[in-house]
Amino acid sequence: MLLDVRGLKKVYEGRQRPVEAVRDLTFGLDVGDLVCLVGPSGCGKTTLLRCMAGLLTPTAGEVRLRDRPVTGPPPGMAVVFQEYGRSLFPWMNVRDNVALPLRNKGVARKPRQDLVAEALAAVGLADAHHAYPWQLSGGMQQRVAIARAVAYQPDVLLMDEPFAAVDAQTRADLEDLIRDLWRKLGVTILFVTHDIDEAVYLGQRVIILSSSPTVVREVLDVDLPDQRDQLTTRSDSRFTELRSHVYAQIQAAKRESTVGSHDAARPAGLAKQVLQ
Amino acid sequence: MTRILARLGLALALPAALFAAWWLGTAGSDNFYVPPLRDILIRFPEVWTWDRLRADVLPSLIRLAAGYTVAVLAGVLLGVLVGSGRRVRAVLEPVLEFFRAIPPPVLVPVIMLFAGIGDTMKVVVIAAGCVWPILLNTVEGVRAVDGVLADTCRSYGIAGPSRLWHLVLRSASPQIAAGMRQALSIGIILMVISEMFAASNGLGFTIVQFQRSFAIPDMWSGILLLGLLGLALSVLFRLVESRALAWYHGQRRAQRGPAR
Repeated sequence: MLLDVRGLKKVYEGRQRPVEAVRDLTFGLDVGDLVCLVGPSGCGKTTLLRCMAGLLTPTAGEVRLRDRPVTGPPPGMAVVFQEYGRSLFPWMNVRDNVALPLRNKGVARKPRQDLVAEALAAVGLADAHHAYPWQLSGGMQQRVAIARAVAYQPDVLLMDEPFAAVDAQTRADLEDLIRDLWRKLGVTILFVTHDIDEAVYLGQRVIILSSSPTVVREVLDVDLPDQRDQLTTRSDSRFTELRSHVYAQIQAAKRESTVGSHDAARPAGLAKQVLQ
Repeated sequence: MTRILARLGLALALPAALFAAWWLGTAGSDNFYVPPLRDILIRFPEVWTWDRLRADVLPSLIRLAAGYTVAVLAGVLLGVLVGSGRRVRAVLEPVLEFFRAIPPPVLVPVIMLFAGIGDTMKVVVIAAGCVWPILLNTVEGVRAVDGVLADTCRSYGIAGPSRLWHLVLRSASPQIAAGMRQALSIGIILMVISEMFAASNGLGFTIVQFQRSFAIPDMWSGILLLGLLGLALSVLFRLVESRALAWYHGQRRAQRGPAR
C-alpha cells in the first residue's frame, strides 16, 4: 500500500472545550489510484488532508507513505490547494513558480527545464511561461498549480477541493484535465471534494465520509469506463445511479449527525446543523 | 503622448503657481531676511559651483548613503528576526515602539557624547533615525506572510535560506519599501541636523554658515538646493521601487479590475 491512513483522529483543543473534527479514519491508496473523498460540508475534509500532508499532527492514529510514518511534509507528496490565487508566488512568473520546488530539490538545470516545459504543456499552458500568475484567469492559475505538482513527480498528489472556486465551465475542463493527467502520467491522486457529481465523475473509487466527528461511511467502487466524457458519462444511467447512491449516503450522514449529536463533544456542530 | 503631457502639466501646475507667488510676493521686498527670489536665483549658480558641490554636498550625500544603508540592513535583519518569532515579538515590540517615538534629532547630542563629532557620529545619527520605520514595517510584512503560501512552501520542503529569500523577504518587500521611503525623508532631515551641531563641511553646515555671516540670499539658495535634492532622491526611489515591485503593482491593478 502506497498511502495508508490508520485510525486517524484529530481533536482541536478549543478555548472552552475540545472539538473532535475527525474521529477514526482508516483507508488506503495503492499506486496508480485515483480516489475521491467526499463528505458533507464541515466534515473535516481539510483537517484530514492537512494531516495526510504532514501539515497538521493528528491526535491519534497515523499516516504512512511507502511504509514510513508521516511526521512532517514528506518529500514524495505534492498538494494542490483550493485557493489558487494564494498558492502561487505572485513575484515569480509561471515558469519560476513551477521550477522552484525542483530547484529546491536539487534537480539539475537541464532536466529541470525539461520537466517544467513538459508539465506546462501537459496542462495546456505551453505558451504562458513568462506570464505572472495575476495575469492569468482563475482556471489557468489552478492549471499552473497542477503543473507545479506534476513536475515535482510526487508519489501521491493530494488535491483539496481544487475546483471549488472556479466557474462551472472551467471546472469541467479541469476535471477532464485531471483524468487526462492521471491516465497519461500514472500519478496517484487523492482528490477531496464536497461535490458529489465531481467525485463520481473523477474517481475510480469514492470514499464517503460521515459528518463530523468523521468516520468512513462507505468505500464505493466506480465501475464506469476509464474513458470518461462530460457529455456521455454524465448522462450514463450508471453514473446517475452511483450519484444518487452517494447523495443518499451523504443526506443520511447529515440526518444521523443531527439526531445523534446530544453527544457532548460538539455543541457548536449541533447549533450549525439546526441553523441550516 | 497627450496624456503624458497632461499628467506632466498637472504635476507641474502647483509648483509653478507657488514659484510665481514667491517671485511676485518678494519682487519689491526690502526686508533683509526675505530677499527677492530674483536675487536668490542669481546667487544660486554663483554659490553652488562644482567645487562647492564636491566639497560640501558630496560629503553630505556619502554620509546619508552610509547611514541609510546601515539602517536598511539592520532594519530588515532585525525585522525578520522579530517578525518570525511570536515570543520575540511580544517581548520586543513595546520597547521598539518606545524607541520609535523618540524624535531622532534628540539623539544627536547623546550620540555626540560617545561617537564624537566626526563622520561616525553623523552616520550613526542617520542610521539610528532611519532604522525604525524600516524595522517596524519589516516586522509587519513578515507577519503578514500568506498562510496558504507558507503551507505550499512547507509541503514542497522549501525551508531555511530558500524560504527566507523566496517567501519571507519577497512577500514582505512592499512593506519594506514603504518603510524605506519613510526612512529616506527622515535621513535627509538628520543629514542636515547632524551637520548643524558640529561639522566642518556639509550642506547643513554651509547653510548655517551663510546664516551666521548674514549671507541671506545664499542661505535661501541652500534651502532651495536641499529641496531639490530631496525631490531628486524621492523620484529616484520611486523609479527603483516601481521596477523592483512591478509584480506588486501589477497584482494590485489586476485585483482592482480591468476598468483601469
